[in-house]
Amino acid sequence: MNSSRRQKQRKVLLMGKSGAGKSSMRSIVFSNYVAKDVRRLGATIDVEHSNIKFMGNLMLNLWDCGGQDGFVENYLTHQRAHVFGSVAVLIFVFDIESREFAADVVSYSNIIRALSECSPSAKVFCLIHKMDLVQARLRSQLFEERSEYIRAASETFKDTVDFFPTSIWDQSLYKAWTQIIYFLIPNAATIEGLLRQLAEVIDARELILYERTTCLMVTHVTRDEESQNPFTDRFERISSILKTHKQSMAKHTNIPPGSANFAEMQIKTGRFMFFITRLTENTNLAAAIPPSEQVFNAARINIMLARSKFAELDIANKPRPGLQQAFASVSMGNSGEGDGDGRGEDFGV
Amino acid sequence: MEDLPDADIPPSPVQPRYHTGRFPNNKAGDGKPRLLLMGQRRSGKSSISSVVFHKLPPSETLYLETTTRIKKESMHSFMDFQVWDFPGHLDYFDPAFDVDNIFDEIGALIWVIDAQDEYLDAIVRLNATILNLQQTYPNINVEVFVHKVDGLSDDFRNEVIQDITQRVMDELSDNGYENAPVSFYSTSIYDHSIFDAFSKVIQKLIPQLPTLEALLDSLCRNCHIEKAYLFDVLSKIYIATDTSPTDIGSYEICSDYIDVVVDVSEIYGWDRGDEEAQARNNENAINDAESLITLEKKSNNYLYLREINKYLALICLMGDDSPADKKPLIDYNVGVFQEALAQVFPRGEK
Repeated sequence: MNSSRRQKQRKVLLMGKSGAGKSSMRSIVFSNYVAKDVRRLGATIDVEHSNIKFMGNLMLNLWDCGGQDGFVENYLTHQRAHVFGSVAVLIFVFDIESREFAADVVSYSNIIRALSECSPSAKVFCLIHKMDLVQARLRSQLFEERSEYIRAASETFKDTVDFFPTSIWDQSLYKAWTQIIYFLIPNAATIEGLLRQLAEVIDARELILYERTTCLMVTHVTRDEESQNPFTDRFERISSILKTHKQSMAKHTNIPPGSANFAEMQIKTGRFMFFITRLTENTNLAAAIPPSEQVFNAARINIMLARSKFAELDIANKPRPGLQQAFASVSMGNSGEGDGDGRGEDFGV
Repeated sequence: MEDLPDADIPPSPVQPRYHTGRFPNNKAGDGKPRLLLMGQRRSGKSSISSVVFHKLPPSETLYLETTTRIKKESMHSFMDFQVWDFPGHLDYFDPAFDVDNIFDEIGALIWVIDAQDEYLDAIVRLNATILNLQQTYPNINVEVFVHKVDGLSDDFRNEVIQDITQRVMDELSDNGYENAPVSFYSTSIYDHSIFDAFSKVIQKLIPQLPTLEALLDSLCRNCHIEKAYLFDVLSKIYIATDTSPTDIGSYEICSDYIDVVVDVSEIYGWDRGDEEAQARNNENAINDAESLITLEKKSNNYLYLREINKYLALICLMGDDSPADKKPLIDYNVGVFQEALAQVFPRGEK
C-alpha cells in the first residue's frame, strides 16, 4: 500500500471551462444547495479552496479552479507547481453543450500534461456535464463519442481516466461523486467488512452507509436475493432522495440545511421495512430488512449497540498511526477473501 | 445512461410496483367528473397535466410538443375523474363542435393564463367562454390559473393577479352575472403551488368534504396533531385537511415526505415472487404502510404517515406535546379514523 494514500488531507482539483458547472456541482454536493438555487452563483475568481471533513478521517481539500482562460494560463505557468503538486484527484468537467469542444480538449490536455509532471500518481475523473440538455435518446451515444475523444487526449492517464455523464437535475451527479469519494476513502474495505458482519447479525437485506452532510454513499452491503433488485441505481437515488428531503425539512423548520438531520426515519410496508438512522458522528446507516416487526426491533437495537464499533473506525478525533496500520492489514485480509466486486483492490492500484 | 428521465416519449402511468401502488384500470371514462384544461396556446396546459398527473420533472416540460388534438386522461383514484387537455387554438363555440359533448358532465373548467405573456387576448377569450357557459351550464366552476408566476417578483405577481381578477369580474358584472363561480389561483410548475391549486379545485368536487374535515378535526384534537392532510398518494393532491389555518409550507413538507416514502417503497418494494405470498399468509404482516420521521433537534415525533386505503394516505405533522411514547395511542386513533373514512368513502377499500 502506498503510504501517501494514508494522508488525511487529500487534494482534489476541480477544473474545466468557465461556466461548465464546477461550482454548481460543488455547491449541491457539499453545501446543501438545491439544483435551482445554483443560478445565483457567480463566476469563480481564481481558486476557491474549501476543506470538507468527510467521514472524520478524511479531509478533502477541494480546489475549485475558476475556468476563464486567463486563470488557466496562470495555473499552467506561474502557479504550476503550486496548483498541480501533490494532487490526489483531478475532476475535469466538460460542458456537453460547449460549442468549442475541440478547444476544451486542447485545454484539458495542457492540464493533463501539467498534472503528469507534478503528480503522476493522481487519478483523473472526467464528468460530461449538463446531460439533461441533450435529448434522452441521443445521450448515451454522445457520451460515448465524447469520452473516446477525451480518452485519446489523456496521454499518461489514458488507461486510468474514468468518465461519468452527469446532470445536477438527477441522481447521476451523486453516482459520479460516490465513485470519486469511494476512491478517496482510505479504509473502505474495513468498513465494508464490519458492515457485512452487522448485516448477517440483523438479517438485513441491504445495508447502506451514507455520509451525513453530503448524503453520498460510502459503501453498501447487499445480501441474497436483494442483489436481484431491479433498481441498480438505487444507492444514488436514495442519496438524492435524502438530500431533497433534507432541504425540505430545513425550509419548513427554519433549521439551516447543514444541521437539519433527522434522528430516524422508518418506513414499514407489507413487502419490506426500511429505516435510516445515525450510525456515527458522520454517517447514517440505511437498512432494508424483511417485513417483520421482530426483525425490525432487533435490528434497531443491534445497530445501536454496533455504533461504538463503527465510531472507532471514524478516527476523526484520535489520529493513531498504530490503529491505521491495523486497518491496513485487516483491509488486505478482506480484499484477499474477495467479495466479488473487487472494490477492495482499488487502493492498491 | 438509463438514469436520465426520458424526455421524448410521454411517460406511461406509473406501474404499481410498490405497495402503495394503484392499478391502471382501463374502464371507459364516461360518467366521471371531468376537468377541462383550456387557455391560449403555449400557456402551459400540457405542462401542467404532465407534471401533476405524470410526474414529469418540470425542467423536462420544455421538450413537450404542442398539443394538436384533445388529449383525454383518466385518473383512477379515490374518485375517478378525467382530465381533458385542449389545444389552445381551437374555438369550442364554433358550431362545428359538439358543445354539449364537451361541457356536459364537467366538474370544473380550468383556464390557464400565462402571466409572463401579454394576457389581454386570453382574458377576452376567457370572458367569452365564461359568458357562454353561464347561459348553458351555470354550475360549472371556472378556475383561473394565473400560471408561470415563478418568473415574476412578488409585487408584480400580486399586481397581475389583481388585474386579471378585476378584468374578469368587471366583464361579468357588466353582463349581469354577480356571483359566477369563478376563482383565481397563482400557479407555477416549479413549486408546489400547482398541486395546491389542483387540490382546491378537486375539493370542490367532493360532496363529502365537510364530513372529512370534521373527522380530521376530531383526530387532530385528540392526538395533538398540528396539521393533518389526507393525500391522494399518486397525484399528491390533498383531498381534505383539518380546518386549522393552512399554509403552503406544511403542504410542501408533507408532499415532499410522500415522495420520500413512495420512492423508497418503489426501490425496495419490487416483486420478490414466492416470498410475498408467504408474507401474505403470515398473520403478523402489516397491511397498511406506515412511516415515521423523528428529527434530531426535537425529541418528539415529527412526521407520521399512514396508508389509509388503496389511494389515500394520512400525513400528520405532530404537535410538540405529542411524545413518541404515545404512538400506540395515535395508531389506534388513526385506525378509528380509517374505519370512519371507509364508511364515508366506500371507494378504494382493499
